[in-house]
Amino acid sequence: MINARLYIMQRLTALIMAPLVIGHIGVMIYAVQNGLSAEEILGRTQGSYFWAIFYGTFALAVAIHAAIGLRAILHEWVRLDGMVLNLVCWAIAAGLAGLGLQAVYSVTG
Amino acid sequence: MTQISQPDQQFIKVSIWRGAGDKGGYETFDVPDQESQTILDLVSYIQQYIDPSLTYRFACRVGMCGSCAMMVNGVPRWTCRTHVKKITDKAGSLTIAPLRNLPVIKDLVVDMDVFFDKWVRAEAVHHPTRSIEQGVQPVSEDTAERQAANAAIECINCAVCYAACDVVASNPEYLGPAALNRAWSLVNDVRDGGREAILEAVSGTGGCHNCHSQQSCQKYCPNELNPTASIAGLKRETSKFALRNLLNPANKHNQGEPA
Repeated sequence: MINARLYIMQRLTALIMAPLVIGHIGVMIYAVQNGLSAEEILGRTQGSYFWAIFYGTFALAVAIHAAIGLRAILHEWVRLDGMVLNLVCWAIAAGLAGLGLQAVYSVTG
Repeated sequence: MTQISQPDQQFIKVSIWRGAGDKGGYETFDVPDQESQTILDLVSYIQQYIDPSLTYRFACRVGMCGSCAMMVNGVPRWTCRTHVKKITDKAGSLTIAPLRNLPVIKDLVVDMDVFFDKWVRAEAVHHPTRSIEQGVQPVSEDTAERQAANAAIECINCAVCYAACDVVASNPEYLGPAALNRAWSLVNDVRDGGREAILEAVSGTGGCHNCHSQQSCQKYCPNELNPTASIAGLKRETSKFALRNLLNPANKHNQGEPA
């Protein structure tokens, strides 16, 4: 159910996510030093192209990575196949990307 | 084997799957306990002395042909190389069933067509590079490719790994560890001219990328092969192959065309 193209996409998105996760955790540790407030977070992120690209890339990588992983689970455990499996996986990818990008826009726009 | 009937004879309770296709159930037989008895000996005793209609498959009896594999107490094994004493549970009972993941023809005999069809789908067949006039191609034992091929080459097609594989159980399209292991040995064989065809064949929807590396194939292989490692090798080579084709589409376009 996973072909070479999907396998490579999942590995490449994992490669993209790994440094972004480390960056995210690093900033969290730094940010909570003086207490955590919405003002402080938004002060750092709002209007920032850097954080928009940082979290935008992360949200898109998650959408692709998770949809491919769930594709294998849905086929092996729920027995979804063919067009139904494709549609469900595209819907998961689109849903995750939509929610993720909306969140990124909310804090960086 | 001789029929035993001494008064102090000990017996082993053997539950054997009887039936055809999806229908059937376990039937229990009392088989005399003998020294150095294998699971295949028990099955043969039942067929010869208790119920001649019991159907099973075997040939060499010495672990060379790969035809006597069955599920023994839930584990796939060569029955000819499995001593009863080593695997009976505390109650001294045994359960013998046809190999998992394959359709049952009758009793302990499974239909191996699906298994071998997948070898062909994986292009795990020899692709000759020389005619008889050109003679035998020399093979260097020193190369890393040859050592990888040698590590995978002792498979005798018994389907123990196929029965042990949980991915095969949940994804019927998956080519399975044996076919992919053979494909990997051919990818590394200088005498085989089908490298690209094999890499294409194992890159499809049922291909090597579906393996979750659970390693049941390696755990249960009676020949101590490691199909998981072979599949990992295929994942590496197919990824390189796909990325090369992506960067140079003309390369892929020319494949398979006559020189």
